[in-house]
Amino acid sequence: MTTLNSRIPEGPIKDKWTLYKDKINLVNPANKRNIDIIVIGTGLAGGSAAATLAELGYSVKAFAYQDSPRRAHSIAAQGGINASKNYMGDGDSNYRLFYDTVKGGDYRSREANVYRLAEVSGNIIDQCVAQGVPFARDYGGLLDNRSFGGVLVSRTFYAKGQTGQQLLLGAYSAMNRQIARGKIEMFNRHEMLDVVKIDGKARGIIARNLITGEIERHSAHAVVIATGGYGNVYFLSTNAMGSNATAAWKIHKKGAFFANPCFTQIHPTCIPRSGDYQSKLTLMSESLRNDGRIWVPAKLEDAKAIQQKKLKPIQIAEENRDYFLERRYPAFGNLVPRDVASRAAKERCDAGFGVNATGEAVYLDFATAIKRYGTEQAKIHNINNPSTEKITQLGEAVIEEKYGNLFQMYEKIIDENPYKTPMMIYPATHYTMGGVWVDYNLMTTVPGLYCIGEANFSDHGANRLGASALMQGLADGYFVLPYTIGDYLADDIRTGKIRTDSPEFDEAEKSVKSQLEFFINNKGTHTVDYYHKRLGQVMWDKVGMARNEKGLKEAIIEIQEIREDFWKNVKVPGSLNEFNQELEKAGRVADFLELGELFAKDALEREESCGGHFREEHITDDGEAKRDDVNFAYVAAWEYTGKPSEAILHKEELQFKDIELKTRSYK
Amino acid sequence: MNLTLKIWRQKGPQDKGRMVEYKVTDISEHMSFLEMMDVLNESLVAKDEEPIAFDHDCREGICGMCSLQINGEAHGPDRGITTCQLHMRMFKDGDTIFIEPFRANAFPVIKDLVVDRMAFERIQQAGGYISVNTSGNTQDANSIPISKQNADLSMDAASCIGCGACVASCKNSSAMLFVAAKVSQYALLPQGKIEAKDRVKNMVMQMDLEGFGNCTNTGACEIECPKGISIENIARLNREYLAATI
Amino acid sequence: MSGFLSSSIARKVAMALSALFLIIFLLIHVTVNITSLFSENVFNELSHFMGTNFLVQFLMQPILIFGVVFHFVMGFVLELKNKKSRSVKYVKYNGAANASWMSRNMAISGMAILAFLVLHFIDFWIPEMNHKYIEFLPEDPTRYFAELQHKFTNPLRVGAYVIAFVLLALHLLHGFQSAFQSVGLNKYTKCVKTLGKIYAIAIPSGFIIIAFFHYFNH
Repeated sequence: MTTLNSRIPEGPIKDKWTLYKDKINLVNPANKRNIDIIVIGTGLAGGSAAATLAELGYSVKAFAYQDSPRRAHSIAAQGGINASKNYMGDGDSNYRLFYDTVKGGDYRSREANVYRLAEVSGNIIDQCVAQGVPFARDYGGLLDNRSFGGVLVSRTFYAKGQTGQQLLLGAYSAMNRQIARGKIEMFNRHEMLDVVKIDGKARGIIARNLITGEIERHSAHAVVIATGGYGNVYFLSTNAMGSNATAAWKIHKKGAFFANPCFTQIHPTCIPRSGDYQSKLTLMSESLRNDGRIWVPAKLEDAKAIQQKKLKPIQIAEENRDYFLERRYPAFGNLVPRDVASRAAKERCDAGFGVNATGEAVYLDFATAIKRYGTEQAKIHNINNPSTEKITQLGEAVIEEKYGNLFQMYEKIIDENPYKTPMMIYPATHYTMGGVWVDYNLMTTVPGLYCIGEANFSDHGANRLGASALMQGLADGYFVLPYTIGDYLADDIRTGKIRTDSPEFDEAEKSVKSQLEFFINNKGTHTVDYYHKRLGQVMWDKVGMARNEKGLKEAIIEIQEIREDFWKNVKVPGSLNEFNQELEKAGRVADFLELGELFAKDALEREESCGGHFREEHITDDGEAKRDDVNFAYVAAWEYTGKPSEAILHKEELQFKDIELKTRSYK
Repeated sequence: MNLTLKIWRQKGPQDKGRMVEYKVTDISEHMSFLEMMDVLNESLVAKDEEPIAFDHDCREGICGMCSLQINGEAHGPDRGITTCQLHMRMFKDGDTIFIEPFRANAFPVIKDLVVDRMAFERIQQAGGYISVNTSGNTQDANSIPISKQNADLSMDAASCIGCGACVASCKNSSAMLFVAAKVSQYALLPQGKIEAKDRVKNMVMQMDLEGFGNCTNTGACEIECPKGISIENIARLNREYLAATI
Repeated sequence: MSGFLSSSIARKVAMALSALFLIIFLLIHVTVNITSLFSENVFNELSHFMGTNFLVQFLMQPILIFGVVFHFVMGFVLELKNKKSRSVKYVKYNGAANASWMSRNMAISGMAILAFLVLHFIDFWIPEMNHKYIEFLPEDPTRYFAELQHKFTNPLRVGAYVIAFVLLALHLLHGFQSAFQSVGLNKYTKCVKTLGKIYAIAIPSGFIIIAFFHYFNH
């Protein structure tokens, strides 16, 4: 087992980044134009990186599998973006944002990276405003902030419920400016299928033109992976249908270590599945838990009747309802953190108390809040002896003002009026904290190969706080990578253009083509989705919200079996040289089938419960997560050796010098 | 429920294309429209037929990737949603549903229901940005106060997802609502005023080069826009353009 | 198309400006004609002024003709261009779902109005031109009312006029507010829309009433 060099600079945490930047190697502007950089993925991280690198003068080639960079799934982020601006004057600071992020991540992230993130967070807001991002403002014309779960200050900047969209459009507009100037060459509807290494360094990629099916070679002096997370390993998640781990997994197979795959966030408030045909899950903002009460029937026979639609939730009397979060966590009640709420809901549903036809849903009830707000409003408006109808009417108006758009979205999908009958919710996979291992420079274990945004593992530890994903993506892309990449490229100014006719390119192209040809020629019996769904089921059942040794061992074997079956019996219609969506999916699922196994292996190896990773064997006496800082305060970075089962573990020990390790409690 | 689908099939850009009839059975009213298409595709693959190509990605109405002209309307009969948010309960057992790609010369068909919307990309590259470097060394965000009203109007315009429903619904295949949304977002902000004249001229010029039709103010775009972007933005675009050229 | 009219927005604004000009013309026209319901003398006086005033005849009239021709030619050019921007048509296109019949069929109502204009020119304008500038007949300031009345003796002509004015109303129902939108005046949208509806119904109704009045009162 080797020790990983995370290249954290010396010095006090507050000065590390500044001192480091002062000494870092730079590339002269005249030389930059002779240096090519490939950026894979054009979400917040990739888009901002591509734009900034091009502005600096590098020649950038950017790749997206969608028809436009603006469609990357960063666009779906709703809530907001954190920054330690302290505009509200409520005592926020870089240190506090740093502290909240490390604590929220259950002490499994790298201090130096997180501090740097907090340090540049303010620049992000300045930058975005200058770019024309229409953040929400107050009547004085200044920027508005709101508060988010788990922290004591208001530091979240937002643009309605579409913050991710607006930030992405900002980065995209910066890209467009460079595309127009010819500094970025944009490859839409292209998918990277392998990285090419020459003399141990990343020197290019093999990509498929998704319209014509043509296999293309692209060379560069450095390659940046910004392809997001791997949540779709569960098949059902809040990710986009096309979100995939192929780029990250291919570089893993070429030598980049993969860190903490078991750290995955399950978000408690998503719209539940309605049937086997379900393709995707939709997130409902976490803010709903401020006013909604979560419950299931207390009696099993009531739950059965509800599942069979013989009973309606409003017919169940108050004393026959089990408000399980309030019961188990009296201090925090319905506002416990995401991981805790998700597990509690799963526990009730597993026991048979689920409330929809699939048995996988709990109620989120606003009746109490409607009544409370209604009574309050009646008092404010001096209405004496208001009728129940009047109170309901006034209360519903308050709820509508706060959550109207979410309620409307729910009604469109479920076709039930959530003002009159409780909402149904269920947890769903949302974000992956784990990812490709990177050092302080955001470089992977392969020289010249970088990984940024959700695709890397660096800043969120075992659990991510709300409104921090956007912050990390943009920090990496705008302010960190453009500096650190120069340190590496400074040695490349005399290299000249990298040729694409080398044996390394030949070989990489050959292996990509042979896999694609295999799929087309296999003529099997089952569709790609069939395997993806099977994998998802195993991942959800055994590597989901709560994990145990037995289940994880079974999962590893089952995933291996599915993979074997997949390579024998998968069926991909159509041909190679055309627009072929089934072929695209096949390659992605093949990678998920390997990643899923490493995921389970990592979960098995981490004998503790922390953040999104909950091991049933490691719980306190009252059933809560029990972290083990003595034995597991490290990053598990896996090296690929041919099979996921034979991956080698490398540990990066985490040192906490500026924050004291504590246990979280919500009772 | 059981449905008859009449779907546009086209092998590639050069193929002529035609409507093909399919039957689907046991469709749940809780399915989304695209899930119904998934079910159909699974059954086609099982029968060794080629599945129907259609664009989609986030399936929550924000990425703008999904398209489809359903029964003659962009994103189907419901309002304020994209195709991925359309649910089968909008249809009745026994219905015949026409499914076609978004049509305009500026949106050539790639395959089946997938169209090429690169024209939108080129329009935005022509000026849909503020020329400021991403160095982070700009002025403090709060040093540019913006009235709440303008910030909100700008946000409303900026919520455009670039799906192309405006072009698809317009009897003239005009892209004015799209361009208007982009121009308005920046025109309403002080940061965007500096380049406002060049921006509007260049973006309109590119729009014309792409071969979109002319706007005749029918208002169809506004009705079909999944994000409810108002045609007041088109009036603003006209005004901005006049101010820039005269 | 080159120069100023090379841009789609410029063409659209030009359409709107010619439309606004024609809207003003229609208002004047109906005002003059409506006097024929109340007073033969006033009508004759006004008509005589219009028919013999130098400015009206040699400045306003050419501008008007240019406006009319421009509006029609540009309208049809745009219609053809727009049709061409979607060469493969939808098999099913539910235009009624999101736009009014009037807004979608400006070319049809426009064509009907053009047909009517031809009739109108044959009825009034050509004889006028003939009277004044070809045969140089002596001017009789009292001839106008009788000529007007005479035209509305034929029920077929009255019917054609009524149909044409209904189509004009439909054309204006969309056209009025559309012209304002095109030149970017959307600040008073509500007011413009209401005014547009009133105008689009009132003006053609005025012409229809005139036609009926003279048909029943000659």
